[in-house]
Amino acid sequence: MTGRTVLVTGVTRYVASELAGRLAAHPEVDRVIGVDAAMPEPAARARMGDAEFARADIRNPLIFRVIEAAGVDTVVHASASSTPSGSAARSMAKEMNVLGTMQLLAACQRSSGVRNLVVRSTAAVYGCSPRDPAIATEETLARSVPSTGLARDAIDIEGYVRGFGRRRPDVRVAVPRFCEIIGPTVRTPLTKYFSMSPLVPLAAGRDARIQLVHESDAAALLAHLVLGTFAGIVNVAGDGAMTVAQAIHRAGRLALPVPSAALDTVGRALGLLRAGGLLELAGLAGMSGFSAFTAAQVRSLGAGRVLDTTRLRDEVGFTPKFSTVAAFDDFAARLTPAVTARTVRAAEIAVATTLRVAPEAGSPERKAPARSGWASAASMTGSAVAPVAASSAMPTEVSDEAEARPRLFSIQGSAAGSGPARSPRSGGSK
Amino acid sequence: MTGDEPHTGPEAPAVARDPAGAQVPGQEQPPTNGETGWRRNVAGSLAFLRRRLTGDYQIDDFGYDPDFNEHVILPGLRLLYEKWFRVEALSVKNVPDTGGALLVSNHSGTIAIDALMAAVAVHDHHPAHRPLRLLGADLVFDTPVLGPLARRAGSTLACTADAEGLLNAGEVVSVFPEGFKGVGKPFSQRYRLQRFGRGGFVSAAVRTGAPIIPCSIVGAEEIYPMIADLKPLARALGLPYFPVTPTFPLLGPLGAIPLPSKWLIEFGEPIPTDHLPAGSAEDPMVVFNLADRVRETIQQSLYRLLLRRGHPFLG
Repeated sequence: MTGRTVLVTGVTRYVASELAGRLAAHPEVDRVIGVDAAMPEPAARARMGDAEFARADIRNPLIFRVIEAAGVDTVVHASASSTPSGSAARSMAKEMNVLGTMQLLAACQRSSGVRNLVVRSTAAVYGCSPRDPAIATEETLARSVPSTGLARDAIDIEGYVRGFGRRRPDVRVAVPRFCEIIGPTVRTPLTKYFSMSPLVPLAAGRDARIQLVHESDAAALLAHLVLGTFAGIVNVAGDGAMTVAQAIHRAGRLALPVPSAALDTVGRALGLLRAGGLLELAGLAGMSGFSAFTAAQVRSLGAGRVLDTTRLRDEVGFTPKFSTVAAFDDFAARLTPAVTARTVRAAEIAVATTLRVAPEAGSPERKAPARSGWASAASMTGSAVAPVAASSAMPTEVSDEAEARPRLFSIQGSAAGSGPARSPRSGGSK
Repeated sequence: MTGDEPHTGPEAPAVARDPAGAQVPGQEQPPTNGETGWRRNVAGSLAFLRRRLTGDYQIDDFGYDPDFNEHVILPGLRLLYEKWFRVEALSVKNVPDTGGALLVSNHSGTIAIDALMAAVAVHDHHPAHRPLRLLGADLVFDTPVLGPLARRAGSTLACTADAEGLLNAGEVVSVFPEGFKGVGKPFSQRYRLQRFGRGGFVSAAVRTGAPIIPCSIVGAEEIYPMIADLKPLARALGLPYFPVTPTFPLLGPLGAIPLPSKWLIEFGEPIPTDHLPAGSAEDPMVVFNLADRVRETIQQSLYRLLLRRGHPFLG
């Protein structure tokens, strides 16, 4: 059996470049062509490893030539729902996302050699209304369908992919819906949001549940889909959930509740201050990450959603190595905390002794190996070794976390007196 | 703690904590710092604040935060439970020790305090200290501060998907089929069960094989006796009803204080559903029969408990 020829779009971004590198190193894959409109940075190029790079804009019908010339049989549209890293890029993102997808699908349709298609989608299609069920399965429809923004683009893209599937039933189509991707290397509005220091604005009166998937798991899952035979939609998320306020505190910051109507104003004010170079003057240098755009992204988290990943485990056969909290901790390890856990503990002990009360025993320190592993790997960003090192340091923490939650309900984890298996999908153990 | 004796609240038991700060229920250990009484509470509160500030706690997929529930929500509710309403919880052992179960109760009292009192009853007075997962209306989760608070206490949307998810995971789920009709009924209709809707709760229980436990709550009708309902104002505010009680809106914010009626909460015999043939959940006859049976049981025990209680406030 001859090897596969894979086309990966969007290789200037982390997930696509990492995926291209992994596939190029895989024995079943003959050739990997990474495509993007701009040249990738040296770090991304290094991650791509043996993959080739072709500078092509997928909005241009010439992408068809690339597919035909190389004899591509697998197309991975990994830039389909990636969040742009700046506010100015929003209109550009819509162009790339929607129009680019349409052209790419048209090219795939014309090409008789394409046999597999993987299109990256996002969990934002489920909407974020508080009236939605707490846990979204692949069949869940949003009660309030998003009408603008990234979510709308993703819904449109999924619609085009469905149409493509009907016109080319011989092509295997897989659509993974990712929750937020996080990790030490990837740059998204969410990572910028959590990097703000020392205060992070938060919509007052709301505390969204979020799930996260680690960047290495995201790339690994895409590779798994490419090399496997799964067809259909699948939710992708790390095990467990956390709330935005919890994440802010876990990263060593403090949450600043702001009425949600004022979030945009705060963002614009900070943007103006930064443009005027006055942020440092106001002592708010750490808050430069927050703009009106990030405010919109954060508000789109809404009431939060949690994904049911039974299909990911049972049908696709992939288990993310990092749980939500572990992925976040891995990301937070490279941030400088404004309020460290030690400071809080010291404050607790101080207050307790003033009141002449013996303080309770502290919680065990969060796993140090993650931090030291990253301290050394930080200088190797872009190397394909770094993510692997982190993931090998992680599994113990993941299993500890799983054991430390005896009574909490998690779709995948253990629950007290585990009840009957979820019908009708999985008959296996949870 | 035998099942039939009425329980008035004991002191909050010392509970073991796993490394994540979540309570491990049903196990009592001496506190780690050797303190007792108010000092232990202070140390516990400081430790709780520390865990909050470092994000050192866990939530489950529905947003249930056991740490927050134990330290903030339940102590507040316990005050109401023990001192204000003097709740007696009867036959709590009818709630199974492990595995999913659906608690079906009557609903009353203008706002859903009866749900919260039932949660305290099951948590504190059941030997396994099980947290009760309430199913709430959309309105609760739409409201800014109340929504996240309700999620942290373990409640979630009253929809089939969530109910089945929780039952499959082995949680005790509490549902109030009367809904707004029950909680917004006028005082003259007190203790008369309203319609039970389409019986969706029965379908969820049958589909997951969880037993149905009828629960009767006496005492909630008198906390805010609704003598009138200002429908135009309710519509303007987007509420299902706007209650007028003897104290509200006459006394303004003071009218929000509930009257201290005497409460009785009785848990009935579990009705098993796992013996029903496959496909019963979609069979309207089975569903309606079960729903009627539950409704009858609750209505009869309401009358019985009313006789037992005697005077609504001095009972």
